[in-house]
Amino acid sequence: MKPAEYYQRDRKHHPPALSDDYKTSVTRSPRLALLSVENTLSEITGPVFGHDDIDPADNDLIGNYRHDGDPIGERIIVHGRVLDENARPVPETLVEVWQANASGRYRHRNDRYLAPLDPNFGGCGRTMTDENGYYFFRTIKPGPYPWRNWINSWRPAHIHFSVFGRAFAQRLITQLYFEGDPLIATCPIVQSIPDADAVQQLVARLDMNASIPLDTLAYRFDIVLRGRRSTLFENRLEGN
Amino acid sequence: MRDKLGYLKETPSQTAGPYVHIGLAPGAAGFEIFDRELGWEIAGPQARGERIRVEGRVSDGTGAPVKDVLIELWQANAEGVYAHPESGGEVEPGFRGWGRVISDFETGEWAFETVKPGAVPGRNGAIQAPHINLWIVARGINLGLNTRLYFADEQAANATDPVLNLIEQEHRRATLVATRQKKGLYRFDIRLQGEDETVFLDI
Ligand SMILES: [Fe+3]
Repeated sequence: MKPAEYYQRDRKHHPPALSDDYKTSVTRSPRLALLSVENTLSEITGPVFGHDDIDPADNDLIGNYRHDGDPIGERIIVHGRVLDENARPVPETLVEVWQANASGRYRHRNDRYLAPLDPNFGGCGRTMTDENGYYFFRTIKPGPYPWRNWINSWRPAHIHFSVFGRAFAQRLITQLYFEGDPLIATCPIVQSIPDADAVQQLVARLDMNASIPLDTLAYRFDIVLRGRRSTLFENRLEGN
Repeated sequence: MRDKLGYLKETPSQTAGPYVHIGLAPGAAGFEIFDRELGWEIAGPQARGERIRVEGRVSDGTGAPVKDVLIELWQANAEGVYAHPESGGEVEPGFRGWGRVISDFETGEWAFETVKPGAVPGRNGAIQAPHINLWIVARGINLGLNTRLYFADEQAANATDPVLNLIEQEHRRATLVATRQKKGLYRFDIRLQGEDETVFLDI
């Protein structure tokens, strides 16, 4: 069988490994050129997940760590579709999210921000896309938080996303930001992306139609994974 | 976001950040939330082949360990078959070939246990030496880094591996080869930058 390849990743659309204003990247970025490797079976395959890997309630961050009540904060729905670059849905793929609580604090042993933990909020969830690539989560809008980069650096409110697709070559981790957040323009992690249109792809839009009256606001966030060639012609051998 | 031909652009990557464990390994972040965390069991009890353990460390450009790294691995079974419908073969029940590896927050050391993969088909009829595909994310890494782990005791297969042979500077090939400590135990250190920088792949 001749595997169909994924489109070459457009690295100009991603942040470069080294972005000086994001200080941690300075020592964690390779200096040498990446070795470009054409897809083999190792890249066009990847882990497959099923509905028995997760619990249906894992996509409800308002409820999945509830102890004696609901978590504090703005109740929101985040929803959208996972598509590929051919604009086709990616069905049955695992989407994982994690985030700070409404005050900007993470439930993580290494987070020492002074804002309080919420006893009823864990901050992580996961779901599978349906046959149309659709997914949704219910959660609390995360708060911005300070971090050590410059003296007075604050992350815009954000939700971290992890998406698989069908191939190891499609694996992606990114972050969702919220429409209208003034901190987006000041954040060195966001601004490590050189292309302004690419940044806009990470900004979830307020979606009043999907909001639940008297209950929950909604934001729309579509995710695009690498697309794939449909022709299976093997390219010529090197040197032929 | 559609271009003139109707294609969409891939969503840009952002760093996994220091708290990636909350989402992908909440037990390591320090709390229990899911009945079942994903990625701990790579090969499963029924997998055939040699049981191995791989230990290693990721270090930054100053040589310091990266203590908050998360690595995902993807491998074939001992017969060279991936647990994926396009791999053209069956794997043992419970064999997933995918795992998540978390470093110790104090030392940066990590380890995982699996079975040694077999050789897998390459392009144009070539054979690829046994290898494990790795994807590395952490704070300060803007786009996950892909690399491969090969095995020092597969000298003959490594010598004809199409990917290792693409590395122009021959001495750099060693950065992708795990050293054998003793039977069933390998060591694989990853250097993000600087002397002996690991070869990273654009796949
Ligand atoms: Fe964050």
